Amino acid sequence: MAIEPLICEFSVPGRQGVRFPAPDVPMAKLPESLVRANLELPEVSEVDVVRHFTRLSQKNYSVDTGFYPLGSCTMKYNPRVNEDLARLAGFAYVHPLQPVETVQGNLALMYALQQVLGEIGGFTGVSLQPAAGAHGELTGVLIMRAYHHTNHDDKRDKILIPDSAHGTNPATSSMAGMRVIEIPSDKRGNINLEALKTECDDTLVGLMITNPNTLGLFEENILKITKLVHESGGLVYGDGANMNALLGIARPGDLGIDVLHFNLHKTFSTPHGGGGPGSGPVGVVEKLVDFLPGPIVDIIGTVESEDPDEDDGAPLFGFVVPPKSIGRVKSFYGHFGMFVRAYAYIRMLGSDGLRKVAEYAVLNANYLRVRLQGTYLVPYDRICQHEFVAQGHWDDVPDIHALDIAKRLIDFGFHPPTNYFPLIVPESLMIEPTETESKETLDAFVDALLRIAEEARTSPEMLKSAPHNTPVGRVDDVKAAKDLILGCPMGGKEVR
Amino acid sequence: MTQFIPHTDSDREAMLDIIGLKRVDELFQDVPAAYRFPSLNLPPAVSEMEIVNEVQALASLNENTHELICFLGAGAYNHYIPAVVDSILRRGEFFTAYTPYQPEVSQGTLQAIFEYQSLIAALTGMEVCNASHYDGATAVAEAVNMAYAVFRGKRNKLVLSPALHPQYRQTVQTYIQNHPISLVTNDEGGLKEHNLLTDSEALIPLVDDQTMLVIVQYPDFFGRVYDYSMLAEAVHAAGALLAVAINPLALGLLKPPGDFGADIVMGEGQPLGIPLSFGGPYLGLFATRKEYVRKMSGRLVGETVDVHNQRGYVLTLTAREQHIRREKATSNICTNQGLIALASAVYMSALGKHGLRQVAELNYHKAHYAAEYLKKIPGYALWSDAPFFNEFVLICPEPAEELNRYLLDKGVIGGYVLGQDFPTLNHCVLIAVTEMNSRAEIDYLVELLAGWVDK
Amino acid sequence: MNIPKDLKYTQNDEWIKVEGQTGLIGVSDFAQDSLSDVVYVELPESGDMFNKGETFAVVESVKAASDIYMPVSGEVIEVNEVLTQQYELVNKDPYGKAWMIKINIKEPSELDGLMDAAAYEAYCMERQH
Repeated sequence: MAIEPLICEFSVPGRQGVRFPAPDVPMAKLPESLVRANLELPEVSEVDVVRHFTRLSQKNYSVDTGFYPLGSCTMKYNPRVNEDLARLAGFAYVHPLQPVETVQGNLALMYALQQVLGEIGGFTGVSLQPAAGAHGELTGVLIMRAYHHTNHDDKRDKILIPDSAHGTNPATSSMAGMRVIEIPSDKRGNINLEALKTECDDTLVGLMITNPNTLGLFEENILKITKLVHESGGLVYGDGANMNALLGIARPGDLGIDVLHFNLHKTFSTPHGGGGPGSGPVGVVEKLVDFLPGPIVDIIGTVESEDPDEDDGAPLFGFVVPPKSIGRVKSFYGHFGMFVRAYAYIRMLGSDGLRKVAEYAVLNANYLRVRLQGTYLVPYDRICQHEFVAQGHWDDVPDIHALDIAKRLIDFGFHPPTNYFPLIVPESLMIEPTETESKETLDAFVDALLRIAEEARTSPEMLKSAPHNTPVGRVDDVKAAKDLILGCPMGGKEVR
Repeated sequence: MTQFIPHTDSDREAMLDIIGLKRVDELFQDVPAAYRFPSLNLPPAVSEMEIVNEVQALASLNENTHELICFLGAGAYNHYIPAVVDSILRRGEFFTAYTPYQPEVSQGTLQAIFEYQSLIAALTGMEVCNASHYDGATAVAEAVNMAYAVFRGKRNKLVLSPALHPQYRQTVQTYIQNHPISLVTNDEGGLKEHNLLTDSEALIPLVDDQTMLVIVQYPDFFGRVYDYSMLAEAVHAAGALLAVAINPLALGLLKPPGDFGADIVMGEGQPLGIPLSFGGPYLGLFATRKEYVRKMSGRLVGETVDVHNQRGYVLTLTAREQHIRREKATSNICTNQGLIALASAVYMSALGKHGLRQVAELNYHKAHYAAEYLKKIPGYALWSDAPFFNEFVLICPEPAEELNRYLLDKGVIGGYVLGQDFPTLNHCVLIAVTEMNSRAEIDYLVELLAGWVDK
Repeated sequence: MNIPKDLKYTQNDEWIKVEGQTGLIGVSDFAQDSLSDVVYVELPESGDMFNKGETFAVVESVKAASDIYMPVSGEVIEVNEVLTQQYELVNKDPYGKAWMIKINIKEPSELDGLMDAAAYEAYCMERQH
């Protein structure tokens, strides 16, 4: 595929894409000292814009083109109807600060989403405000800390995090002003209970736990763990990234999780968008409800009907701020566009459908695990949940690394699995198929991996030089970091 | 069969057989029996047809800015979105793609974001721009984070202009609550009206050698535009950093902060082709000088070459980010606003140098036309005589909430009621006028307000 | 693996060259090898004081951003400015041109807890499996 020029390389002085009408009002005097002298943006026609971005899109792999077995990302199918619904005029063209009487449809949808997420997770209160998973994590840790502060328990500044955790967990804790202690995992992939017990003291804010964990394993001692933490006066934060394995199977709130973030862009099918936007609503148990970030939606009265024949009593929705709220964590109310999509998805599945999601996600993962485990080392000999970790390394061909296997998979038409974490398995390939992949796709994926394992011995250079048929080959990321070219002039002058 | 799940009964049986189990339930043996398979109290599942009807009904309960005349801004604006923007966003290769961690199969996303970074850098007059934060408010909070990291905790005073968007201020307060950062603002324990009338020079006395960051907004929350050069000089003389929160559409017309000494520029990118969408998803713009790039959080796309020496793009400086640096990362941000950044890149390209200037001028002229005629109505006055872009504060003869109820009855969404954030301004309303407001609409507003007084 | 005999080493792969009351500090050959290509080095300022075990610098490669810890407590009296422009020196000359800081050693007894060249070599061998 040819190199696509940068948009500024199409620039020709005088060209313009979208035009606006001339002012229909008298022109006011411009504040000369504050007006900019020049604006170095491209001058391109609309057809150039369309062709440029269309050609760029054709260089991307996407869920719409193929399978992404990315552990902890839950790359399930993104329903098309969601895209139509989010774009309805009644949603897309509504200003967030309009009077609440004019936005009852939006508030009803948000309220319903708060309710269903609470029901799915086993939580009393939900805030939809956080913009992404990491944002939800920050919200949750701030809630935990605020709870202790209200109880005059300011000695508590410690967060415990398992060594298998995603990097956002410790980063979040630092961001919230807490100190981090890492808890090791045991041989079965569970949290080491003895190590946990030692740290459960009166300086503990809480434990951040992902269940199932990033090894794809259900915490065998989950009830013991949450009990230990609670007994020491601490709280338990659940990272809901792996919720796809729990829908209708277990509710985190029932297992002792006090606060959890959901990832609408993982479990609830909203699209990944090339990196975002996501949405990270937070659910809490009763004792933390007052601390949620606001505003959240609640019923603030009843609608008075103008029609004398109609009953009064339809709920009037509005915004409330919880009495001990940690404060707002962003502007407005959260990613409303994602709420529409997630709500429609949940409604199309219903409780039976959600349980099937978890069942088939876990079935698919175990199917892959069993078919691969003769050829790839799967360190934990247990039934996995929605994902599992395999090792991308063999002692007889030590030069082949997980990275090489990942790149060769691209030649077979698959996006590589996650291979930068969890840190506790070296050369890891974290594989999460999700429930929307068919048996045929899984079989093709297994075949590719088995073939690659063979090639590692017979023709390793195929792996080392992979990928072969992509818009670019392996890139020089050392050069990228050293030269640091993070942008270029956009004004249409010759840029090279 | 369940929606979106392709498995047939025979698929399931064959797979269970390979795994060595009899029933799907057996996959969940590790889940404590007492809590396993809870029954969820959810409405029954509906088909696509049914959910479309139901959700459409919800949408039609709302009144939107295409049906009503909108003069409301305050951080989110009713602008025209050219059709080309959404046509690109709806391409599955863009919206269903993952984060570009595998550059060989993500050049579309990577190059688009590289172009976005370049466009925002050009617009703001800054040297480097990241791949986005969640929104304007969190971008401001991240600037605080960044300044704290730049000074390695040795300076901890933060000066905020009282004319910063109240939601940005609130977000900063949430983010710094457990950190030893002291917030300084010239409001002496409450936002007094006379302090709001002063311009940026009023902040200079608050800056000293313990200050890490001064944050102002441009145009400010009340729509006013100031020359911050003197403030920038004073801030730098004290060894501190200046952060300017911007409206990117205003920069189609106004001098960019990079030109008058800003060290960090943040902003809400919603005006750049993003639908109002009841508050989100929006776009956190964030740009700075090259010397601070390693303290800046968020993803960065860099240019490089591949093994065939072809130009290519890749996420770079990733060692700063949470998945590697973990508790030492400047921020925990992982997911960003990727698709929204793409939308703004398409918007900026489609409008280009001329289009962005044109739309900025339309906003400017229409807002000034509105101000000119509104101030002439007996009982009304402009709160400030400072230059402004597309928003201004109107002093009204009666409380602003009543005024807005009257306007809504007539099919007009009035301006932002300032009394809810600034108690001394409860007769004041923040009016926004954009290219979407025709002269007839503005004349109608003037007529309505004049008519209301006469009642 | 290059391990000069006249230096002392830490478990985190820092080396210190003691010269009377002062010490020169950098990272070892083993360190630069595991980091692979260094793309950035962040150093402290003259006058900064650190205790033994505190982070005084960060070395960034494409794969990782590693904290560098003080082998002993002290005050920074000189910083290798050249290194802040030529990061690749860490890979090319870790014991020579890539020295990071010079310190006044606050507590000479802390040196006793460090490894000599032989002990460090054994430590490196053990980790390579």
